[in-house]
Amino acid sequence: MSRPPRPAATPGVADADGPAGARRPDRGPELTVLRLARPYLRRLVGAGLLATATEFAGLALMATATWLLMTAAGQPPLDRLTVAIVAVRALAVSRGVLRYTERLAGHDAVLRLVTDVRTRVFATLAARRGAPPRSGDALSRLVSDVEAVQDLLLRVLVPGAAAGLVSVLAVGLAALVAPAAALALAAGLLLAGVALPALATTLTRRAAAELAPLRGALAADAVDLTHGAADLAAFGATGAALDTAGRRARRLARLERRLAVRGFAVDAAGVLVAGLTAGAVVLVALRAGVDGVLVGVLAVGTLAAVEIALGLVGAARQWTGLRTGLARVAQLLTDAPDTAQPETSADARPVPTVAPDVRFDGVGVRYRAGAPAALAAFDLDLPAGRRVAVVGPSGAGKSTLAALLTGAVRADDGRVTLGGREVSAYPPDELPRLVGGLLAEAYVFHATVRENLLLGRPDADEPALYAATDAAGLTEWVRAQPDGWDTVVGEEGGQLSGGQRQRLALARALLAAPGVLVLDEPTEGLDPAAADEVLATTLAAVPAGHSVLLISHRLSGLAALDEIVVLAAGRIVQRGRHAELVTTAGWYREQWTLQQAAEHGYLAVSG
Amino acid sequence: MDIPGTDRRQGTGVLVNRRPFDPRLLRRVPAARRDLALLTLLGVLAAGLIVAQATALAALLAAAFTGRLDRAALAGFLVAVTARSALVWAQGVVSARVAATVKATLRADLLGAVARHGPGWVAGQRAGQLATLAGRGLDALDAYFTGYLPQLVLSVTVPVAVLGRILFADWGSAVIIALTLPLIPVFGALLGWQAQAATERQWRRLSRLGGHFLDMVAGLPTLRAFGRARAQTEAVRRMADGHRVATMKTLRIAFLSALVLELVATLSVALVAVPVGIRLLGGGLALQTALLVLLLTPEAYLPLRAAGSRFHASIEGLTALDEAFNLTGSAPAPAGRTGAVPDGTGEIRFESVTVAYQRTVALRDVSLTIRPGERIAIIGPSGAGKSTLLGLLLGFVTPTAGRVTVGGIDLAEADLDGWRRQLAWVPQRAHLFAVSLADNIRLGSPDAAPEALAAAVRDAALDDVVTALPDGLDTLLGERGHGLSSGQRQRVALARAFLRDAPVVLLDEPTARLDAAAESAVLSATDRLVAGRTALLVAHRPALLGNADRILRVDDGRVTELTAQPAGEGR
Repeated sequence: MSRPPRPAATPGVADADGPAGARRPDRGPELTVLRLARPYLRRLVGAGLLATATEFAGLALMATATWLLMTAAGQPPLDRLTVAIVAVRALAVSRGVLRYTERLAGHDAVLRLVTDVRTRVFATLAARRGAPPRSGDALSRLVSDVEAVQDLLLRVLVPGAAAGLVSVLAVGLAALVAPAAALALAAGLLLAGVALPALATTLTRRAAAELAPLRGALAADAVDLTHGAADLAAFGATGAALDTAGRRARRLARLERRLAVRGFAVDAAGVLVAGLTAGAVVLVALRAGVDGVLVGVLAVGTLAAVEIALGLVGAARQWTGLRTGLARVAQLLTDAPDTAQPETSADARPVPTVAPDVRFDGVGVRYRAGAPAALAAFDLDLPAGRRVAVVGPSGAGKSTLAALLTGAVRADDGRVTLGGREVSAYPPDELPRLVGGLLAEAYVFHATVRENLLLGRPDADEPALYAATDAAGLTEWVRAQPDGWDTVVGEEGGQLSGGQRQRLALARALLAAPGVLVLDEPTEGLDPAAADEVLATTLAAVPAGHSVLLISHRLSGLAALDEIVVLAAGRIVQRGRHAELVTTAGWYREQWTLQQAAEHGYLAVSG
Repeated sequence: MDIPGTDRRQGTGVLVNRRPFDPRLLRRVPAARRDLALLTLLGVLAAGLIVAQATALAALLAAAFTGRLDRAALAGFLVAVTARSALVWAQGVVSARVAATVKATLRADLLGAVARHGPGWVAGQRAGQLATLAGRGLDALDAYFTGYLPQLVLSVTVPVAVLGRILFADWGSAVIIALTLPLIPVFGALLGWQAQAATERQWRRLSRLGGHFLDMVAGLPTLRAFGRARAQTEAVRRMADGHRVATMKTLRIAFLSALVLELVATLSVALVAVPVGIRLLGGGLALQTALLVLLLTPEAYLPLRAAGSRFHASIEGLTALDEAFNLTGSAPAPAGRTGAVPDGTGEIRFESVTVAYQRTVALRDVSLTIRPGERIAIIGPSGAGKSTLLGLLLGFVTPTAGRVTVGGIDLAEADLDGWRRQLAWVPQRAHLFAVSLADNIRLGSPDAAPEALAAAVRDAALDDVVTALPDGLDTLLGERGHGLSSGQRQRVALARAFLRDAPVVLLDEPTARLDAAAESAVLSATDRLVAGRTALLVAHRPALLGNADRILRVDDGRVTELTAQPAGEGR
């Protein structure tokens, strides 16, 4: 959850999530991300220039101080030193101030950009028809991927640009003094600022590729040992699993140690390059007969300049670790819709009082070519106010019906119309007002009970909330909570029991009160007695004139419905009212008898 | 939808340990002691080399002032540079070794704690925390050990060495440095606390934001179903923007500390250089000494500032370390039990058992006798204590009062491993491990013969699942997919139980999440499993009650026996 700022990259131990080379879009992901930075380009360039000035001030401070001392050693009149003395003091102050402004400017620009990125990523996912990433891992990766954008700018591009500019400046200034020495300096800077970062990139990338599978396996071990702790203990397998994980942890440790030997060689080389360059500059300058004072300035300046250029090694490591995340963000951003469609305000919508007529006309759905049809030649009339149940064994195509109606799935054959207009012709924002309800895998948000309910109808007042929770049988629970409506329900509704969760989702669906209410297994997770009660109160709470499409594998409590459709393998095998179906031989009567026998036995003993 | 301020998901990790070095490290990870000592030694050597390098360079430049090349000084400088380079490499390698050792040890400790404390301890939120920490969470320690810790050592050794050298060369400059140097930790602490508090607030907010963003993405299908998906885009922007504003506020303070520290360091260079220059002018000081002072002065401040700037980056690692120590050291581990092994074919008795959790009482004064071979169904509303009853038998839960005995042996004193060998358990939602399907089934009997495995697969009606998988029984399950449906998972759990071939079978709502078709497959397998064994079956659905000898009803922690025969004798 909480993710503190990314630590500075350290050699040998890459923090890349996976092999860095995996799945790269054609253009660099950096470019895609940077295109979003265009509105903040001036702020970013400003931050880069401030960073350059900061680094240069540090270099200039040491060079000027050296000039001051070596000139003073020649015992010239004091006024020859005045400028240098003032400059030393000014540079000392300005470096800190520059650094402060640079960091604020950089963070401000980047955080603005990240806000855009987050919003765009969410908008992309919201506009997609497909399911969003499901697993917790993929989700939290999404969060850290967005942070990679932040790191790319703040830890790679801005400092990298500053180091590059300072290097060019330093070589230029050195060339004014002694061209030969400038050549030596340039060579050193190229080594420190180009060769070593490139080497660091390669090593980090390789290390990440070597570490990723082992780290992934270890993470899986950790999940198995904790989430599967009960299973392991019950079957006496904890020790073996622990041994496996321990062995893997030790193997990882050995690999990490080995990789560090390679990784830190780059840092060692950096120190060597700095010293050798300074030595070479002194030698070359002395040979060229450069004035002794300036030899000193060149030597001290060289040490400072190479130090700054070595900052690129860290930036390169950071960048390597960011690439996979950036690639994923870039992928999402390139998918993003470029023009935001006009948003119709869903907040102040009136509760529809009339339901549109629904017609399924010879509808067929096939999820994959060659697979058996999920639904075939399906006809159903659902005029306003009618209540229909669809029953049948699992896999019969019941949930496909709900998906067709809510526009999540398109019919391959036939038509699904709402008020005479095809479902696919409705804008995605308009459809939920007409059709909706409790769909499979209803999500309970980490928010208050009230906020979860208001998702159904944002302007609902307290009596409306009570009406909905009364029907779903949740009111008693809400009242029992110290915080009442403001009780926060946990992650994915984790603080709720399965039954309460279902009731909350049901209440939300009732509150939304779309003209066509789809209820996909509304009493899942409730025991039979509670299920019957909730189904009855729910049906009673649906406003007159609204239609209901109830999907259920339980046959209890369907007597009041206008029609029951029995699906098997995507086709209608029986249809009629409950009273007719229980007297006709077939799947319905068979299943009804079985369920009743079992449930009556249950009720008899539990009552 | 705005998320309210109460965030209950924060683990213990939010409180940041402010100490830069956790002394528990030495105690809990003895294997790292030697390398930590070596790291300190390397820090001392590094400080010496920094002084040596500056001394040689000062001599070289002083000679260059007169246009002369001091070959000895140049050679000395290059030797010092080479030695420093080797030292940097050694520091890196040793610190990475410490990181690897500590991580491996803590991983083993964390996972070992799970094994010691048992599943009751690890249940719920703690499982997620532990899994994250033992998985990738501890990798945050790399930044701490390889980035921060060597700097911390240098921030002690280098200022001491530099001060000593300058004191020897020019005591006036040494006084200036000695007076300004403490300003860094002082200001660092003063401003650091401010920043710390602000940063903590910021993290809480970030956590909410991250949570919000995640929550919104995870709930997108639901948002779409209510036509709220695009309306929430604005909410996401609002939250992200609020995050930006809050962050900038924090940063203004946090960067202020960096500003002051930077100023102290650079101004000190000016404070030293200008008077030294003026004294040179008067001829009161040798150039070589002056240069040495100038070259060394910034070095005195550098490690302190570097350590300070890396501290923030290493907080994540320190937090992980703190969390790991707290988790592994919080409760005394129950000693390994070496008591008697209860006989699974003996009588099971609950004697006035009460189980109280922190907030609720799961079972109240339950007395119960289960005779060998009995098939007992347990019914009751959810949360009534049904699963606790099984948990007691599994040894996951210990009675707050009363005792559970098997064949006269108190489970609280029995050899739990030995007892569990006589149990087969089918939980509500079995965990499938990231190993092959065969190994998943062989969980309790790793040495089972292939024929026995095949029989268990058959008995659990898993054949069709096996044939549908690409590599059959050798298909790897888990993270990478080949996701089995709930019904298939339950049948894997049943196959485990079949293979276990234990005298006592515990089933916890084995068909709770299944539809009718899957349920019937699991039901018939269940019937085969309980035949001839003592069985306790938590029944959520009536279909499971068919073959029970006795039916117990658990309601609000109390157990009552129902004698009525099921009315619908249809089966």
